Order: sequence, then C-alpha cells, then structure tokens
Amino acid sequence: MAETLLEVKDLTTQFKRGKKDWITAVSGVSFQVRAGEIVGLVGESGCGKSVTSLSVMRLHSKDTTRISGDIVLGGKHVLDLSDKEMQSMRGNDVSMIFQEPMSALDPIMRIGDQLAEAITLHTDLSKDEVHKRSVAMLKSVGIPEPEMTLKNYPHELSGGMCQRVMIAMAMSCEPKLLIADEPTTALDVTIQAQILALMEQIRRERNTGILLITHDLGVVAEICSRVIVMYAGHVVEEAPVDELFKHPQHPYTQGLIASVPRLGRRVHRLPSIPGSVPDLAAMPDGCRFAPRCKYAQEECRATDPALVKIADDHTCSCLFSEKEREEMLAHE
Amino acid sequence: MSNVKSEPLLSVRHVSKRFPVGKSFFGRANKFVHAVNDVSFDVMPGETFSIVGESGCGKSTTSRLINRLIDPNEGEVYFDGQEISKLPAKEFRPLRAKMQMVFQDPYGSLNPRMKVQDIIAEPLLVHTNLSAGERLKRAQELLGVVGLSPTHGERYPHEFSGGQRQRIGIARALSVNPKLIIADEPVSALDVSIQAQVLNLLRDLQEEYDLTYLFISHDLAVVEMISDVVAVMYLGHIVEIAPNEELYGHPSHPYTQALLSAVPVPDPDVKKEHILLQGDLPSPTNIPAGCPFHTRCPLATEKCKTETPKPHTVGERHTVTCHYPEKTV
Repeated sequence: MAETLLEVKDLTTQFKRGKKDWITAVSGVSFQVRAGEIVGLVGESGCGKSVTSLSVMRLHSKDTTRISGDIVLGGKHVLDLSDKEMQSMRGNDVSMIFQEPMSALDPIMRIGDQLAEAITLHTDLSKDEVHKRSVAMLKSVGIPEPEMTLKNYPHELSGGMCQRVMIAMAMSCEPKLLIADEPTTALDVTIQAQILALMEQIRRERNTGILLITHDLGVVAEICSRVIVMYAGHVVEEAPVDELFKHPQHPYTQGLIASVPRLGRRVHRLPSIPGSVPDLAAMPDGCRFAPRCKYAQEECRATDPALVKIADDHTCSCLFSEKEREEMLAHE
Repeated sequence: MSNVKSEPLLSVRHVSKRFPVGKSFFGRANKFVHAVNDVSFDVMPGETFSIVGESGCGKSTTSRLINRLIDPNEGEVYFDGQEISKLPAKEFRPLRAKMQMVFQDPYGSLNPRMKVQDIIAEPLLVHTNLSAGERLKRAQELLGVVGLSPTHGERYPHEFSGGQRQRIGIARALSVNPKLIIADEPVSALDVSIQAQVLNLLRDLQEEYDLTYLFISHDLAVVEMISDVVAVMYLGHIVEIAPNEELYGHPSHPYTQALLSAVPVPDPDVKKEHILLQGDLPSPTNIPAGCPFHTRCPLATEKCKTETPKPHTVGERHTVTCHYPEKTV
C-alpha cells in the first residue's frame, strides 16, 4: 500500500462565540490520504469540509479556535508543532489551493513576484534559479507564454489562468500533499475540465496525494479514487468511488446522489431531501441526519451512531443496515 | 409543454446590446462590450425555454433586455403580440405584472428590513388596487403555495435558509399572476438537496398556474431537467437552439458538443471523452471576426475566420449557427 501522507484522527474543531461559548463545527473526524490518490471530501455548505482542511493547514486563528485530536502529516504531529515549524511544513509538505483564484492572489503584486515569494521562502535558490523555476512551473500547468505571464498582474488573467497560477504556486516546492478547496467551483465547465485534467496529470506524474474538497458529485466521480462524505460536522460515510456511487449505504449519501440532476437521464421530478441542514449551535440529539431521514426511528433520535466498518474499505455511520431500513419502512 | 399554441408568448427579434467602456480624450465612448449580438428566439406559452452558456456569454443581459431593466440598442421584443422594446416607461409598467423575475442570489434579492409578507405583497401594491387586508391574505396564501407556513409572513428574510428565501422570491413573482417568469440562475446558489426541492416546486407551479418560464442557467444538467427548448449562447451570440431531447441527443454546434462533454457526470462508470477546448473566452470588447467561436473551435477553417455563419435549420425548431452543421468534433 502506498505511503500514508496525512492521517487525521478524531479531529474536533471548535470556534469561540461570545465570551465563553464554543461552537463545535467538526467533531470526531478521522481519515487518511495516501500518496498518488485523490480523495474527495464532499458535503453541502456548512458541513465542515473547509473547516477540516483549514485545521490540517493550521490556518485557523489560535485565539478563537480550539482543535483537538491528532493530525499526522509527513510523520509529524501538526498540532504539536511551533508556528515556525508549521510554516516550513506549508509549501514543502503540504500546500493548498482555494476556491476563488481571483481573490486568493494579491491584486497589486505581479504574478512573477508572488511565485518567487513562495519559492524563496522555502528554498535557498539564487534569483536566477528562482526565475527559471517560476517559468518551468507556469509551463507545467499549461500557461502558454510564461515569461509574459510573470509580468502580469492577477486582474489581467482570466479565472482559469489564475487558478493555474495558484496550482503552479502550490506545486512550486513539490509538496507531497495538495489540499484543493473547491478549486473549480468558481470556473466555467469548459475551464473546469481543463483544471481537473491538470490535477490528474500532477497526481500521475508526481505521485502527489490530493485532498479535493467539493460539493460537486460530478467532479468526485470524475477524478477521485476514494470519497469521504460529511454531514453537519461528522463523517457519515467513506468508500472507494465506485462503491460509493453504486452502493451508497448512508441515507444521506443516497439522498444526495439521487438529488443531483444528471446529464442524459432526464427525470420529471428530482428526488430531494426534505428540510435543511441543522444549525451548528442547535444540533439535534442522536443522529444528526435523523430529522431529515425518512427511515428515522426512536433510537436514531437518542443514539449518535458511530462510524462502523461495513466492508473492507467502506465505513458508514447509521444504526441500521440498508436491508433493515427497507424492512422497517415496509413495516410502517 | 402541455398546451403549446401556435403564437409565441415572447418573441425576440435581432436584439443587440452594447455597453460603452473606456473613453476617448473628448469623453466619448470608444470601446464597447458587445454583450448581446443579433439574438432571436421564440418562447411558446406554457413551455420552459432555457438559455445556457458560460459566464459572460450574455444570457443575463438577454433576460434584462426582455423586461426592460435595460434597453436594447437594436431589435424588437414582442410580448403577447405587442412590440415592447420601445414603449414609453409608463406604458410598459403595467406589462411588468405579466412578466415577473426570480433572481439568483436569494440573500441579495430580498429587502432585509421588510417582513416577508410585505415583500411578497409589494408587487400587489404596485400593480393592483387591492386593500391592505386583501394583500396580506394573498401573501399568506402564496406562502402556502410555495411550501412555507403562512405564519412565516411575520418574520424577516435573515430568519430563513437559502432555499426558503428562494421560495419567498418565487412567491413574490407569483403574486400578480404573471404569464411569464424570468428565472435568472434561480438554483445556482443552493446546495444540491435544496436545489432539487426548488426545481420540483418550479415544475409543480408551472403545471398548476400554466406558467411560461424563461430559465437562465449555466448548469446543463439542471437545464436538461427543466426545459422544453434550449438556446446555447457564446460571446453574445446564440449558437444553437433546439428542443431538449434534440439538443442533448444530437448537439450540432461544436461549442454545444464541447460544453456537454465537459460536464462531469456523477457516475464513475461513465468515462467520457472530454473535448478539451483550448484557451479562454475572447474578450467581449473585441469579438473575433467571422464566427465568434473560431478561435477555440477544433473544426475551424479559413472560411470561419472571415465569414460570419448564418443560422441553419436542421430540424423542427432546431437551428445551428455554424458553417458546417453536419460535422462533429
């Protein structure tokens, strides 16, 4: 089995609200990312997928955030590192690309200077070498005229080009792990296809592990090998991509997959999940999906189900198996 | 699709819109964004007509030209048989009751300082002579129609989730019994499970109130689910118009083909061959000569660079603006 790049164990992230109040955004999240695989972290807005990734990068403000659990990145326990040690991890071991390429770049700095900044911070290359590396990086992400682009400002580039620059910057110190937070959400479909192809190429050529955070199940099916589904701050299901789409086990995953309109399969009405995501400050007792779940029983409202292994690499957090649920529904 | 009559409810004829940008030394505009160029289409009563395209293709501008939020530079718009693009504002105003709009951003399109029942009743205040009590009654009725509780009327928009706010926006549009609803990206700000709820609601309302929709979206899968006829736009031009099955089954324009192939399908078994388009969208201030798509088209020839293609009819309500409508990528 490939080397494990990132291991998150029992991660809980809380944010301060008011003077003494803490809100739990993510709790009990565990997963791994190995070299050369693309892992999808999916869920709807507010499910905690971005909070999880920012916790791994330690990008939350210390004063207002409490993180517990264990995050092992490249053999080091991230939560025990000093700020300086963490700084050198970012870029070298792990880097991140964001949703809004336009706003993630500094608008008053030339592309070349921004790229050089990242490279000089993490290596001790000379000015000439930094320039060469920048040109090579831009070329590798498919920017047609790298020398020209280095002199441009972000506003002179299109969204797709900016995202390529972001990827070039993230890959410039050859991190083993890349975290991509909704990298294509702000882009048009034809440009999205280009960026996804680029990420797949990076994985193939450099054996990079990629944690892809997205709400788009189409993107997941397209390039991920394994998928983690989150709902209201919990992981509810994890499985290889084929298994997840063919035999989703958690009622939320099933509902989510069914509610996506699918090209080439025209339906008159879409199956939908009733209700909406619960408020972080007022999480229901028991299973967090119970209020929206058509199978929910008394037990579901009392017991919060743990994530259990149901097959070799398939875990799911529901008190009942699919068969039991169908029987209960038929019985009612 | 239920009762398609022969006369179109809305007919757009050769409409163009340019926005001035940049000024010369004497303060006259010398550059223009060509947002919409020579766009024509018909919307039949009771159908859902969709316009799809990527950002900046002019789909939203087109919808705004129809309800006169902006005025076209050229061309005519016929609504219910009447030419409306040059009507004085005063004569146009009552027509707005017949064409209502649902906006993309459910957070930005509701006044945060108004109660929900007042938001929904506001079009009634403008367009009808109903008394305050009657308006309130109608607003509460509409809340029920869109799947909210009449007691929600006392609340303010911030107390609702995105999906619920979009329902409020739809209730407001319905308040004056419009014939046409222009929905500009009504579900793109919503999560998938909520998106499905709103799409189903739009479907149900159409059947119940005999509505005609002009649906603007960038999401091809959503458009496939909801539309009867689809127009694809690129750089302010309509490149293809076709009935739903026809467009998704036999896309004829190279851009439509590329666009469809780029949509990720949520099924790992479907390994699609993507047509990866080279490069980016050209700037709308400087639209390429000839066919606007020739700079990125894998089939482009010399003819495409110089000659602007005309719409070819290739089937029932199916037109393609391409020199080589029979070729595929």
